[in-house]
Amino acid sequence: MPRHVVARVDELPPGARTIVEIAGRSIGVFNIKGEFFALRNRCPHQGGPLCTGRLSGFLMGTTPGEYNYSRPGEILRCPWHGWEFDVRTGQSWFDPAKTRVRSYPVEVVAGSQLVAEAAEAPPAAGLLPGPYTAETYPASVENEYVIVELST
Amino acid sequence: MTEAATRVAVESRTAISLVDGDIHIQPANRLDFGRYMTAHWRRHLETFGGRGPGGASYPRANKYAARSDSYPPNGKPPGSDLDFLRHQLLDTWNIDIGVLNPLLGAGGQRNLEFGAALATAINEWQFAEWLDPEPRLRGSVVVEYEDGELAAEEIHRVGDDPRLVHVLLSIRTAEPMGRRKYWPMYEAAVAHDLPVGVHFGGSGGSPITGTGFPSFYIEDHAGMPTVFQSQVISLVCEGVFERFPDLKIVLIEGGFGWLPSLMWRLDEAYGRLREEVPALRRLPSEYIREHFWITTQPMEEPPRVTQLERLLDQLNMNDRLMFATDYPHWDFDAPDHAIPGRLPADLKAAIRAENAVRLYGLRPAEA
Repeated sequence: MPRHVVARVDELPPGARTIVEIAGRSIGVFNIKGEFFALRNRCPHQGGPLCTGRLSGFLMGTTPGEYNYSRPGEILRCPWHGWEFDVRTGQSWFDPAKTRVRSYPVEVVAGSQLVAEAAEAPPAAGLLPGPYTAETYPASVENEYVIVELST
Repeated sequence: MTEAATRVAVESRTAISLVDGDIHIQPANRLDFGRYMTAHWRRHLETFGGRGPGGASYPRANKYAARSDSYPPNGKPPGSDLDFLRHQLLDTWNIDIGVLNPLLGAGGQRNLEFGAALATAINEWQFAEWLDPEPRLRGSVVVEYEDGELAAEEIHRVGDDPRLVHVLLSIRTAEPMGRRKYWPMYEAAVAHDLPVGVHFGGSGGSPITGTGFPSFYIEDHAGMPTVFQSQVISLVCEGVFERFPDLKIVLIEGGFGWLPSLMWRLDEAYGRLREEVPALRRLPSEYIREHFWITTQPMEEPPRVTQLERLLDQLNMNDRLMFATDYPHWDFDAPDHAIPGRLPADLKAAIRAENAVRLYGLRPAEA
């Protein structure tokens, strides 16, 4: 499964995001309170640049007049039409049954491990260079890196 | 038609393949309009500003009701920077001609003469800062439409500039559009061969519904077609199209899914109630199909494309539908998504450009 290094962990603090191009796909990577998530940067509605949208919370009410605001900073709204998606899953809250945006697994890997893997079996191990590679930061073995996995 | 004229007609048809019928612009600061006003009105703008019935100025989901990615890098408001509009809209989508509809509060001012002065300033600003530098753009004749005489004066002042393609109103006028107070405006528009474009929004002071003010923005937003229906009914029943047989009306951002059933209902009523409106000599649907054009945004989006095809069949106005994006507003329609791919190719070409080229007499931009 191809894994792509997209950023150093310290480049993506909580609340930050980056948009990267991986295998011809634009993908947004988000740090939500220390956890990392990746979504396709393309809204399933009309193709808007979803991952450039605002992060807000999720407002629900079980009866008219009741307002429960939860999960601030975890709901991504498309900049074009405001459709809401859960950053953690890509699940839409407008039409959960039919509409979701592709999400990708993200993990944090130590630079020392990346360097070791690369030395063992370079690209054949399935590790493809993204915009950032361990080689770009030869002195940063002690750093940690954000890795996005693409299943296809 | 001579051979040369035929060639010109064919060339201009083939050179324009995408027209955007609804683009919104604004100044970085409303006081900028003062540059295009007399000293007296500039002073008024700075000292008193506008006075209208309000109702539509809250943020509307996103500030300026705009796409949140539509702020230019210089931080100015959406639709206020020509270079960014060129980049994000015209170049990105290969739009050959774009029609500016500046909805900037000139119509519906309580102080009608200030409204007229503001309309004049907006038109001069439109020339100087948008139409002069960008040949792909066309503009609107902005008017204080609540005073038919003042509106007519402005139409006579600028209406022969070929870059202005229609007179612009907001749909929520203070009275039904067929009323005589608006007739001098229609007369002037016809005299300059200009259609009258009527756009979503505005606030003439009446509730958006026939039963009072609703609680939520979503009710305004989704309910606006009821206002369009009222205006179509009024224009037809007041005999406006008998009085002005060459008047053309463009319904902008009102949709069209409601129009077939309205035509059926009006025709049925006409059969029984014709005596009340003796000026009408034809079925209401005939006036509608002859005098109205419709922009697509918001494109009607039923769950299945076959339902849209059936709707278009019922509407029977394929030569009147004109594509629009509504950029930079958040209900923007993307040119590659809004018109379903399975519609016939000739219909898609008609909607994307040909109907607008014919109505507005558009010619390709000359750089």
